[in-house]
Amino acid sequence: MTDETISISIDGRDVEAKPGQTILRAADEAGIYIPRLCFHPDLPPGGHCRVCTVKVHGRYMAACTSPVAEGLVVENDTEEVNEQRRRIIEMLFVEGNHYCPSCEASGACELQALGYRLGLLAPTLPYLRQANIVDATHPDVYIDRDRCILCGRCVRASRIIDQKSVFGFEGRGIRERLAVDADGGLGETPLAAADKAAEICPTGCLTLKRRGYQVPVGQRPYDRALIGGGAQEASPEGE
Amino acid sequence: MGEDHARIIDETTERFGKDRGRLIDIARTLQRELGQLSEETIGRIAAALDMHRVEVRDALSFYSFFSREPTGKTVIRLCNDVVERMKGADEVARAFEEAVGARFGETEPGQSISLVYTPCIGLSDQAPSALINGTPLTRLRPDDVPGIVEAIRERRDVSDLPQTEIKLNLHKTGPVICARLERGAAIRAAVNRSPADVIAEINRARLRGRGGAGFPTAMKWDFCRRAGGDRHFVICNADEGEPGTFKDRVLLTGFADLVFEGMTVAAYAVGAREGFLYLRGEYEHLLGHLEEVLRKRRHLGLLGENICGCEGLSFDVRIQVGAGAYVCGEESALIESLEGRRGAPRDRPPFPVQSGYQGEPTAVNNVETLCCAARILVEGAEWFARFGTKDSTGTKLLSVSGDCARPGVYEVEFGASVAKVLDMVGGADARAVQVGGPSGRCLGPRDYGRCISFDDVSTGGSFIVFCPQRDVLRMMYEFTEFFAEESCGWCAPCRVGMTLLVRQFGKILSGKGTRADQAALERLAVTVKNMSRCGLGQTGANPILTSLRNFPELYDARLRSEEFIAPFDLAEALREGCDITGRKPRLEGAHA
Repeated sequence: MTDETISISIDGRDVEAKPGQTILRAADEAGIYIPRLCFHPDLPPGGHCRVCTVKVHGRYMAACTSPVAEGLVVENDTEEVNEQRRRIIEMLFVEGNHYCPSCEASGACELQALGYRLGLLAPTLPYLRQANIVDATHPDVYIDRDRCILCGRCVRASRIIDQKSVFGFEGRGIRERLAVDADGGLGETPLAAADKAAEICPTGCLTLKRRGYQVPVGQRPYDRALIGGGAQEASPEGE
Repeated sequence: MGEDHARIIDETTERFGKDRGRLIDIARTLQRELGQLSEETIGRIAAALDMHRVEVRDALSFYSFFSREPTGKTVIRLCNDVVERMKGADEVARAFEEAVGARFGETEPGQSISLVYTPCIGLSDQAPSALINGTPLTRLRPDDVPGIVEAIRERRDVSDLPQTEIKLNLHKTGPVICARLERGAAIRAAVNRSPADVIAEINRARLRGRGGAGFPTAMKWDFCRRAGGDRHFVICNADEGEPGTFKDRVLLTGFADLVFEGMTVAAYAVGAREGFLYLRGEYEHLLGHLEEVLRKRRHLGLLGENICGCEGLSFDVRIQVGAGAYVCGEESALIESLEGRRGAPRDRPPFPVQSGYQGEPTAVNNVETLCCAARILVEGAEWFARFGTKDSTGTKLLSVSGDCARPGVYEVEFGASVAKVLDMVGGADARAVQVGGPSGRCLGPRDYGRCISFDDVSTGGSFIVFCPQRDVLRMMYEFTEFFAEESCGWCAPCRVGMTLLVRQFGKILSGKGTRADQAALERLAVTVKNMSRCGLGQTGANPILTSLRNFPELYDARLRSEEFIAPFDLAEALREGCDITGRKPRLEGAHA
């Protein structure tokens, strides 16, 4: 071992990490998938969804924000941890109003894909059926807040990459919603269809207009393979 | 927007130097002046501070004291916390609704008076209580209400009302915290040694943070002192929002000098020249008194430049008033709020001692911890460590409320048993005690032999007594509602999970819960606890988890034997449709 590497173990596999790296980045470099939703490789972590939570020496911590340290023993792909992740995915499904069969993002949606990967077969939690506002004021981009999981990717991308701060949050707790930098809707903001913020949504909340169903359902990324790699064990057909 | 409004907004932003870090102060001023923070107001603030409108809205929509909709000239915030309701807050609420002619959550026609419910305002020992435009009223009875409303309508000064008397209720003073200290004694004791020696003294006293987490104070100060950076900061966390806690109210009222003395000692130890006291918005009524104490200390050379005649030693304190958010008691959320943003906790690491206020090393300490630190400097570590137990040295202030003869603040040595405290406060027949507030634990008689200490029953000070007649699960349900309301929304498990816990718990309480529902409740609670980002979510399920453990028989008594009961009533759900069509559904075979 040199000074430049830190040895950790993830699910029993030895992994060499760099100082200052997070557990999630170290796992990615080693080819180990840790489920995640609000994380995006081009952005600093947000720590919103907590799906990447792993167990380290008996303590739960988010892999996207926790730095590696020499000798960390990380439990990732265990039923104990995955059960907690599955419940978070389920919470997000019942928080919003997700009608997968009619959603443009179906098959390319990371929320749906994590449901498949983690074996979320049917919801057991009650739907909250919250009222949300659709914003179609922008010529090129829709906001369908029924599908928003408040991951903050668009917020961070707009601020950091596009340098526009088109998006933010408003309200708190269960009443928190995605907000835009205008009084009269997204159409009054400088958002452009080519912006990073317009394409970074993990679900169907932010979608580009006039692009619907260019890739047929059934041929989309997570129709073909599990998110994070690995064989599709059960066909999601009929979902 | 009228010219008047525009001028008020411009003058206010100007007065705070168009500093976006002072956004909370700007918004507090405008909420008071304009009665609301409308979208137009938000837009004008944003323009003045050179911010994005969405950033301003993001911050201001977070705090419960700010309102997008117009509120009345007088806002009556009645506390409807668990203890307050035990003491009759519901009857007082009905009286207010009748006298004002509006419901809670509404503003009366004509926009004169708004009625709002609020969680604990730090007066549980003299409940029911309310804030009228920030002025506290205590020990309210329904009979008082017409006179209060009349005074408001006649535009009399509400601070002249007899109900505005706040008792100190300090029933047991101890040697450590609630004792007099000569002004400046701790500072003089500190500056006679090096900052490192001050920290060593605190370390020998084994002082641990009094907010509840119990982190060693010396270690916190040492990390902060050693951290690089041009500026260091000290923050006194006076955002005590844990329901049933009010010991900081007593300290800030009766021992403010001791608090500032402790802050100054901390500043000397960590190398800070600037400090903040973050005062919860509900305690704004203490602001005048605290400013007066600060002014006196400056005059005496205990704050400002060359403190105690030590050349180069300078330190001063600004008081930041909050705006109604429990989560701001979490130190990183507090710093976010202090910087003018929504009070969402930060990811850690880095910790505030490495990167806190404005990214600089910052020591955040509880009010009571700072009092202990000042005392240690004067009396010595050995003296301090003689009190309490080996790992929990010193004394602890308990805020005692609920079903007991003498609610108030008690300074007790660590190691005191729950039974001993119950005896002291006149609550020996308690059916249950909530120690540490909702985020702590609900204990039954089996556990009354356990001790108040960091290693046994740890507490930030809240101690709520429930008499044998109380429906303990109902109390736990209301605590759960409190956390759902105060969840910041940043992370999914707390944001969604707390609301789902309220639903699931509600199903059981309403007599529609099965064994499977209880198992589901527990699973959900465990996920919220394990997966949430900060202390709020990690402890928000404690009312459920600790009552499941300590009072399983209360759940058993509520559960039904059926295998499945639908979470909704089908007949009820169809009723409106049936009424309209005049037809009756056939519900045979359906789960009713």
